[in-house]
Amino acid sequence: MSEQKIRVLIAKPGLDGHDRGAKVIARALRDAGMEVIYTGLRQTPEMIAEAALQEDVDVVGLSILSGAHMALVPRVIELLRAEGLDDVLLIVGGIIPDEDVPALKEAGVSAVFGPGTNTEDIVQHIRTAMATSR
Amino acid sequence: MASSDNAQSLVDDLLKGSRRALARLISRVENHALDAPEAMALLYPHTGHAYLVGITGAPGTGKSTVVNALTRTLRGRGYTVGIVAVDPSSPFSGGAVLGDRIRMIDLSGDKGVFIRSMASRGSLGGLSATTSDVVRVLDAAGFDYVLIETVGAGQSEVDIARTAYTTVVIDAPGMGDDVQAIKAGILEIADILVVNKADRPGVENTIRALRAMLDLGHRMKTVQHHGQRLVQMDAPPAEPEYDFWNVPILKTVATEYEGLDELADAIDSHRTHLRETGTIQDRERQRIESELVDRLREALLARLIAERTPAALEDAIQRIANRELDPGAAVRELLNGQ
Repeated sequence: MSEQKIRVLIAKPGLDGHDRGAKVIARALRDAGMEVIYTGLRQTPEMIAEAALQEDVDVVGLSILSGAHMALVPRVIELLRAEGLDDVLLIVGGIIPDEDVPALKEAGVSAVFGPGTNTEDIVQHIRTAMATSR
Repeated sequence: MASSDNAQSLVDDLLKGSRRALARLISRVENHALDAPEAMALLYPHTGHAYLVGITGAPGTGKSTVVNALTRTLRGRGYTVGIVAVDPSSPFSGGAVLGDRIRMIDLSGDKGVFIRSMASRGSLGGLSATTSDVVRVLDAAGFDYVLIETVGAGQSEVDIARTAYTTVVIDAPGMGDDVQAIKAGILEIADILVVNKADRPGVENTIRALRAMLDLGHRMKTVQHHGQRLVQMDAPPAEPEYDFWNVPILKTVATEYEGLDELADAIDSHRTHLRETGTIQDRERQRIESELVDRLREALLARLIAERTPAALEDAIQRIANRELDPGAAVRELLNGQ
């Protein structure tokens, strides 16, 4: 009877107002059968961690185009851990320079997806990660 | 997600105020996890304290914005609020995009509020039973109010709204008012009508159309006039009947928090009305009865499908399609266990 769905929070932290990418991802994940909670623009790390907690999501996807990722992402990770959400898969998309990727992964990000990513790759990444963690 | 948490410890944590345990228990219920029945049995004695308010209306009328503003208003009065926002799942992929939180940004950071987005999922008419259980988890967690937001487009959403004590139906100017209101059939379940976006043109027309629809629902009396039998609308009784609730029509501009105090007051008046007339027990009984019947139907269907082979079902479908068997006869055949 169990009918578990992969639940994903898609959030846009920081101040840039470009949410096209986040919406495209939200739609692609929905079409892959996932339940996507979309929180809209200008979320603080605190709001994101709180929403992840309340919605009991398996995945948090952050879309950042402002260049503030090195400040925002570690803060989100810190807050998720403080809430006991250590097992949440964190992915980041947007404009992220290659040289920042290792540091983000070191901080706990599972994958970074830049412009031009095939949405199918993101779906596969999530599915593979969920299959091993469940 | 793999976890060593059992139902008992999650319920213990929930009762101690853990929001994490609350979130995880809701997931167990939603997923029909194996330990969900155990969790519900442990939770049920702690329920029955929250006041349940259903909020429904056509897409685009501003339900989420009203929920956001109403929650802030209730918080201002010292109440805690749990919110269940139900959105449809895609019938094709089974996925969903749940966007109600976008309109509820004012509520983030408030520990007296808990918002849970829920997809309707395609389960066999089990949505209202699942929603009832999710509401119970929030109830057991001690919230004073639980708001249940649904899209008022189909019967199952109407059923969910019915699980509430007070149902608020939201309309907005320019939604194709009167005919839509008749078609949707959701006016009948309204205890309070709200015309949101009341700063837009056409608001008086919307109110007039809603008022006319409500008046049609009043009891009629027949009168004689020049020997003809006529039907005449009852004037509002001078001394209202004790259990009669006059459905108010309120104007709100939820983005500006206009009319929200009046809405919170109206919910309060309805609550007092239900309590003073004893109607609240009737509603509770009806609610339990319809939930029990729903659950029985679901359980019996699941049992029947488990007992019959998929081939038998497939065979019946094929024969009905070939016009060899009518659907009614197929049901009798399947029930008789052929």
